[in-house]
Amino acid sequence: MSDTIIKFDQVVKRFGALTVLDHLDFNVQRGEKVTIIGPSGSGKSTVLRILMTLESISEGVVSVDGEPLWHEQKDGKLVKASEAHLRKMRVQLGMVFQQFNLFPHMSVLRNITEGPVKVLGLSKQDARERAEELLEMVGLANQAQKYPHQLSGGQQQRVGIARALAMRPKVMLFDEPTSALDPELVGEVLNVIAALAEEHDLTMLLVTHEMRFAREVSDRVCFFDKGKIKEQGTPEELFTDPKEERTREFLKAVLDG
Amino acid sequence: MHWTEYLNPLMQGAWLTVQLTLYSTILGAALAFAAGIGKTSRNHGIKAVAVTYIEVFRGTSLLVQLFWLYFALPILGQGIGLDLRLPPVVAGVLALALNIGAYGAEVVRGAIQAVSKDQFEAAKALNFTRRQTLWSVALPQAIPEMMPSFGNLAVQNLKDTALVSLISLGDLAFRAEQLRNFTQDSTTIYTMVLFMYFGMALVVTAMMKMLERYVGRWRSARG
Repeated sequence: MSDTIIKFDQVVKRFGALTVLDHLDFNVQRGEKVTIIGPSGSGKSTVLRILMTLESISEGVVSVDGEPLWHEQKDGKLVKASEAHLRKMRVQLGMVFQQFNLFPHMSVLRNITEGPVKVLGLSKQDARERAEELLEMVGLANQAQKYPHQLSGGQQQRVGIARALAMRPKVMLFDEPTSALDPELVGEVLNVIAALAEEHDLTMLLVTHEMRFAREVSDRVCFFDKGKIKEQGTPEELFTDPKEERTREFLKAVLDG
Repeated sequence: MHWTEYLNPLMQGAWLTVQLTLYSTILGAALAFAAGIGKTSRNHGIKAVAVTYIEVFRGTSLLVQLFWLYFALPILGQGIGLDLRLPPVVAGVLALALNIGAYGAEVVRGAIQAVSKDQFEAAKALNFTRRQTLWSVALPQAIPEMMPSFGNLAVQNLKDTALVSLISLGDLAFRAEQLRNFTQDSTTIYTMVLFMYFGMALVVTAMMKMLERYVGRWRSARG
């Protein structure tokens, strides 16, 4: 039995005259950890942003756990999704942003409890317990009362991860989570993500430039180029024996760089 | 007359000026939020009402608005069989509030739209509704940004209260004019009035600064 949780079926995304995703077919299995690599402008972040419903699609169908994300059934026809449908679908996904996007006016604790309280309807007490567990997990138990601007970038991103996890999503989307960090802070964030990758149920989709890390944590690596998957395989296959010339060029450029 | 003898009537006027300023600024702030948020609404009806209000009250003079509410509205009311006569204080507060609210609305709208797109995306990723995003994410960040402009508007409002003397409300400007007619001592009286308005403006500015620090206290957390 194949257990596909994410399915892109001939998905096209255009920004004006620019085609970012070009008839993309892309599947992710439940619990799979998939890394997306590729040159800038290849559409890798767009895949995550479409899943988080931050960008709509121009053509094709995206499904999450068997249900269309950007469409819904109405009178037997597939029509554009309403806000209510998007809200229902969104609970399955959580996102970690390149720039963290923490709420600057809320304490670390409140950044994590706000969603569970307001959206999931948890009691303040339950949300607080959940947040404290998560802060423990990301190693920031003693920073709960601080504001984001009082933390380093690496700490802020760990709060960002805890905030997304507090909503208990089935799929976690990481959009270049370490690209905005000083080099010495990258490790602490990657360690947290690697620990998460140990969880069997959680599906993870990660866009990154950290090749060594991609190799360690992913079940599968997809190389994106010009809005399509140019090549994909296990980290072993893709990194040691790429079939495509374009993949070899890219890997050479990033690994030597 | 010695200048100290002017103090009592002028203080009486100043007290009314303070009340007019306070009530119209509070009501004006409420109108500013309603119209400013309304202008960012997706609902075309709400948006149209907000835009119309803002444009009408920014595009006409406060004096005419005041006269219209006080002199024209009751006659209009008579025509349709309603008693729309307003007590001078109500007409004054209403005109000042409507005027300041229209300017404040643009401040509110601008500050909300200046909140970073990233913040709205984070709110969406956490599945907040539009209303939750506005109240929990956008406004708490936008309000501290509004405060310097609100401070200017509040001082402007204080000075604009002088216009209500024209519908015979006994505010500071009205009392000054009365005393001057009586004593012809223009220099002393208007110098005193000048200082009294200036003193009140300083207090308003200081209060708005305190409010600004209070609503933006998260920005100055240290350690």
